[in-house]
Amino acid sequence: MKALGIILAGGNNSKMQELSNKRAIAAMPVGGSYRCIDFALSNMSNSHIQKVAVLTQYNARSLNEHLSSSKWWDFGRKQGGLYVFNPTVTSDNAWWYRGTADAMYRNVDFLKKSHEPYVIIAAADCVYKMDYNKILEYHIEKKADITIVCKDMPVGEDVSRFGVVRMNEDSRIVEFEEKPMVAQSNTISAGIYVIRRRQLIEMLERCAEENRHDFVTDILIRYKNMKRIYGYKMEEYWSNIATVESYYRTNMDFLKPEVRKYFRNEPKIYSKVDDLPPAKYNIGSEVRNSLISSGCIINSKVENSILFKKVFVGKNCVVKNSIVLNDVYIGDNTHIENCIVESRDTLRANTYFSGGDGIKVVYEHNERYNI
Amino acid sequence: MIHKEMIAMLLAGGQGSRLGVLTSNVAKPAVAFGGKYRIIDFPLSNCVNSGIDTVGVLTQYQPLRLNAHIGIGIPWDLDRNHGGVTVLPPYEKSDNSEWYTGTANAIYQNLNYIDSYHPEYVLILSGDHIYKMDYEVMLDFHKENNADVTIAAMPVPWEEANRFGLVITDENKQILEFEEKPENPRSNLASMGIYIFNWSVLREALVTMSEQSNCDFGKHIIPYCRENGRRLFAYEYNGYWKDVGTLGSYWEANMELIDLIPEFNLYEEYWKIYTKSEAIEPQYIAEDAVTERCIIGEDTEINGKIYGSVIGSGVVIGKNSVIRDSIIMENTVIGDNVTITKSILAENVKVGDNVELGIGEEAENQLNKSVYSFGLVTIGENSIIPSGVKVGKNTAIFGETERGDYPDGMLVSGGSIIKAGDKV
Repeated sequence: MKALGIILAGGNNSKMQELSNKRAIAAMPVGGSYRCIDFALSNMSNSHIQKVAVLTQYNARSLNEHLSSSKWWDFGRKQGGLYVFNPTVTSDNAWWYRGTADAMYRNVDFLKKSHEPYVIIAAADCVYKMDYNKILEYHIEKKADITIVCKDMPVGEDVSRFGVVRMNEDSRIVEFEEKPMVAQSNTISAGIYVIRRRQLIEMLERCAEENRHDFVTDILIRYKNMKRIYGYKMEEYWSNIATVESYYRTNMDFLKPEVRKYFRNEPKIYSKVDDLPPAKYNIGSEVRNSLISSGCIINSKVENSILFKKVFVGKNCVVKNSIVLNDVYIGDNTHIENCIVESRDTLRANTYFSGGDGIKVVYEHNERYNI
Repeated sequence: MIHKEMIAMLLAGGQGSRLGVLTSNVAKPAVAFGGKYRIIDFPLSNCVNSGIDTVGVLTQYQPLRLNAHIGIGIPWDLDRNHGGVTVLPPYEKSDNSEWYTGTANAIYQNLNYIDSYHPEYVLILSGDHIYKMDYEVMLDFHKENNADVTIAAMPVPWEEANRFGLVITDENKQILEFEEKPENPRSNLASMGIYIFNWSVLREALVTMSEQSNCDFGKHIIPYCRENGRRLFAYEYNGYWKDVGTLGSYWEANMELIDLIPEFNLYEEYWKIYTKSEAIEPQYIAEDAVTERCIIGEDTEINGKIYGSVIGSGVVIGKNSVIRDSIIMENTVIGDNVTITKSILAENVKVGDNVELGIGEEAENQLNKSVYSFGLVTIGENSIIPSGVKVGKNTAIFGETERGDYPDGMLVSGGSIIKAGDKV
């Protein structure tokens, strides 16, 4: 393979509210059976990228647990493998990663010791399917220094939380504004980049010298006029989950047959296998237009919802337009509407939760322990 | 020198002919069970959960599916540096090459495999029972009694005891006698076909009995041990155990999983059953679907109505279809407006639209009445059922059938259409 992969999975975002108290965004459960990072990892694996580094920092425990074995994504070979880089204290550095460029710079030895000519850098908080070889071909064809995968967002969509780009007719990026107050276009960066390995090393070292730490502002935007930076327009499904609303919407997208079909077709998205029994529906279960994962036991009504693994729904409950994360116990006569229920929680019987017109994050802190 | 205290030998070579078309192309241990498992997952998971990390799986009949399923043992954590799972088919020797002619003969032909681990004890298992058992507890019992052979046995109802091989013990559970299907049972402890042997004792017996034709544990090795004054004990087991040897018992065992609190609980945290699963996606239950009293595997799409059934991974069920009291295995696709009652559909079956399975009065099966009874419709893997046909009870279908195979669009009760595989 001509490229190695770097997955940026260290970020946190206050827009995730309580959902990121327990885990990094990259470890957020998506679509009933995945974690968000599975999409980038599976894309790498399916693109025959054999060597992948995951850079983690914020709340990495659940992510590390998910990545504890590389076999699910078919890494863990003698040639290549999955590398997880947490920040470490060294003789000349006692900081956390101060930004995405800093995170890569602190692992520049990994880049230097590799032999692959190119690097694919991907954010871990996006849900999409992509053959990275196609962008690599495009990158080579355009003789680009950096290629950024871009996506046209629907008109009217708020793009102010993304990097907004404008390209000329040759697809060269002429403007790049990170999180603009007023966006000049609806084309955004999808957080996927291709760059020659030696070029990346050089830029990272220069950045470090100048005490700059962010890949987007200090490399992409700063070098925009000096280097040939190209955009690659992606037409297929792409979604970022880094706010509560977009997280909710991305999950609900999986109730659409076309989205489900797109992701379940080959090449597949892989994830850690949990060895849970099949879902069980008892008398009184009434499930409509919902996704139910393995290990669930259902005794009452579930509608337009996504139940992640090992959810127990008691008698006379109503779960409507909601997302219930892994291992939640819902007591009898409980009503849940327009909610996201945090994982490993216990909702006591006879309670009522509603997000009203918005979405409510339910986190009751009633964790269960094994005795 | 590699030394293992106890290794397991799992007998998985049998055909299981009483499962009819379900085992035409597949060994019985590889038959699907309970929505996502295969029968062999239960003894294999019991092994790892009991701390046994070396398992030899003896295969002979139609091993392809079984080999693919076991692989190098990753799902059961049996991919080990020392030990792990090894598939042991019969092999050619410089003289006297033969198939495995009996359960003990199969072990005899693999003496070298067992010797290479220098075990003190060998656990003999069969690959066609559904149960959870801690073999470590059984081994403790074996050691406490200073036994040479320990046989797991379970109490059965007295009125049914005459259908089993029984062990008669003294108050210390030492075995005094055996009775095979006696008319007037003196005990209700039935042998489960699970044995722990001291390896030196078993080895000696196997070598001495090597000329015995069709050498079998129950018929030859155990009697030999008893006659030679070995200490035989019965380990009483009181949990759930099911021999799924017939279509009726196979169907029943699946249906028992649906009960509100099933006797055999797959949802326990600390005795997980592991399996190789390719599908990980959740299941989609559509707007007009009904799912009542059923268990459903991953990556399924349910548009119809399901009552009291076990649905495997990757199954698609069309609109307005009604499935009752049935087992549908992996990747089978059912069309729209189909009615399926009390049927077993194997893997990758395609059922067209407007089909009715399991209708009318029961009639004796013409092909093999002892196999195809219980009022079940049984459909073998990769079969095709064309749109609009009706199928009666006690029937069997195997192969890509066409409309013309059904006189007047109907396969009457007791009929069979076998167009693929070995005729059974």
